[in-house]
Amino acid sequence: MGKVRLRTRMVRYRWLFVLLLPGLAYFAVFRYAPMYGLTIAFQDYLPFLGFSGSPWVGLKHFEDLFSSPDFPRVLSNTLILALLNAVFVFPAPIVVALLLNELRLSVLKRAVQSAIYIPYFLSWTIVAALTYLLFALDVGPITQLMNDLFHARFDFLADPDWFRPLVILQTLWKSVGWWTIIYLAALAGVDPNLYEAARIDGANRWKQMWHVTLPGIRSTIIVVAILSAGNLLDTSFEQIYLLTNSLNRSVAEVFDTYVYFLGITQGSYSYSTAVGLFKAVVGVVLIYGVNWLARRFGHSGLS
Amino acid sequence: MAVKQSTPAGRVFDAVNILVLVALAVVMILPFIYVMAGSFARESELTERAFFLWPREFVTHSYDYIFATNTFLRSLVITVLVTAVGMGIQVLLTFTMAYPLSRRYLPGRSLFLGLVVFTLVFTGGLIPTYLIVRELGLLDSYWSLILPLAINPFFLIIVKNFFQELPDELQEAAQIDGCSELGVFWRIVLPLSKPILATMGLFYAVAIWNDFQSPLLYIDDASKWTLQMFVRQVTVSSDMANTVGQLDPNYEPPEQGLKFTVIVIATLPILLLYPFLQKHFVKGILIGSVKG
Repeated sequence: MGKVRLRTRMVRYRWLFVLLLPGLAYFAVFRYAPMYGLTIAFQDYLPFLGFSGSPWVGLKHFEDLFSSPDFPRVLSNTLILALLNAVFVFPAPIVVALLLNELRLSVLKRAVQSAIYIPYFLSWTIVAALTYLLFALDVGPITQLMNDLFHARFDFLADPDWFRPLVILQTLWKSVGWWTIIYLAALAGVDPNLYEAARIDGANRWKQMWHVTLPGIRSTIIVVAILSAGNLLDTSFEQIYLLTNSLNRSVAEVFDTYVYFLGITQGSYSYSTAVGLFKAVVGVVLIYGVNWLARRFGHSGLS
Repeated sequence: MAVKQSTPAGRVFDAVNILVLVALAVVMILPFIYVMAGSFARESELTERAFFLWPREFVTHSYDYIFATNTFLRSLVITVLVTAVGMGIQVLLTFTMAYPLSRRYLPGRSLFLGLVVFTLVFTGGLIPTYLIVRELGLLDSYWSLILPLAINPFFLIIVKNFFQELPDELQEAAQIDGCSELGVFWRIVLPLSKPILATMGLFYAVAIWNDFQSPLLYIDDASKWTLQMFVRQVTVSSDMANTVGQLDPNYEPPEQGLKFTVIVIATLPILLLYPFLQKHFVKGILIGSVKG
């Protein structure tokens, strides 16, 4: 009986299914077929045999990965960038949003906001292009400034020691504005009466910021933290790829670029898929782990 | 929000705060003015002066040169076409899929929604997606820049939530008047969705325009390069001669000036759209964050 009812409902809503179909086809082909394609991480993929016909090799590629000398290097490069992001990039927009919130001149506030969101909309190619212009050896304006200040010859683009600072600077420049808006949107929801009450209780501006504003955006900070934790190993492929060169590769190679170089340029499809799968699984574990932690500490987490 | 207080410490803080924020805004804007100025400067000025925000003399040599090459113009036309067609397809697919998903009576709705949400957490990744695109014979085809990214699951959920917020009465009334589901979608829902249609169109267009990973992965043939590939080649790889092509062997191309110029041209559409982007994307974030 249930089946009959389902069929009549499907006939009744046939136009809904007609509308749904192209989208479902998209998800099947470009989202779920690649997930099925992850099986080649356990095979020796041969293009003419395809996903289903290639011979199974079990965990061979994972064993190769974990015993490869590349693994500790790529893992530490990725984790160091993630750590630097957590320390420098994560708090920056919170600070900027709090400062903007204290700005009384609303014209200036709006002008500053407009200026800091712009870079978010630019491509990584443009950000890389600007970086190469500004930090170029001998001729870049920032290079010349630094050379004069420190009486040295800086080679920002090739020196491995400068790779990570450049990545963090790029990320800050491009994304601080975007995250700032999210916090400002949350700040707009803080009840003005709370400030009034705090003032009557004799709280100065610093105390108001500490006891009213920050708690007001705490849940937003936690959601951003959870989402960032899930993306911990997701260094932006385009950003890192564009800043990598033969001289800084030892510190630049992260999981995403490693997968690209091995898979696309060298054709080791199965091995690079195993690397990608390892990274994706770690990401899922992290996102659920941090979510679980947030709940344990009494926050509502993501859902 | 902050309180009017005129303690000396408060005034010092305000002054420092203004300075810090204005400095931040300047840091964000300065690179644009720098490349803009450089693109209108003489090649000799670019080698002489390290940094300037106003050229001694405005010349359009670099622009004349870049627009006279067919390689640059070709990549510009390709990018504009791929962006326009891609945005159309993405908006169409996103909206047609979001509507049925917003109907609570759709049989199997929670299953479909679950399948969509799962792709936010987990993806097949770079290599399997590349292999699918290759299996479909899309390598070196412009469709490879559009189809693999045809629906952004985040945007789909935002549009679905928007449809859900529309008052049900309107749609029920139309159905009583004999309007089919398709008619309701076309005549009632879409006309009410113009703001979100504009928002999504802008988001998608900017994403395709800026996409570097897809052409890098899927386009081998340099004659099919998009603007972002071209910019990369000219600025990051400094491969001017091969990329731009020598127009006249006796004429030295303005190497440094060309870098500034391609950056300006690739950035300009985004800057022109910026007022709309800013307005819509704050709204988009709010829709997304309230009903995530």
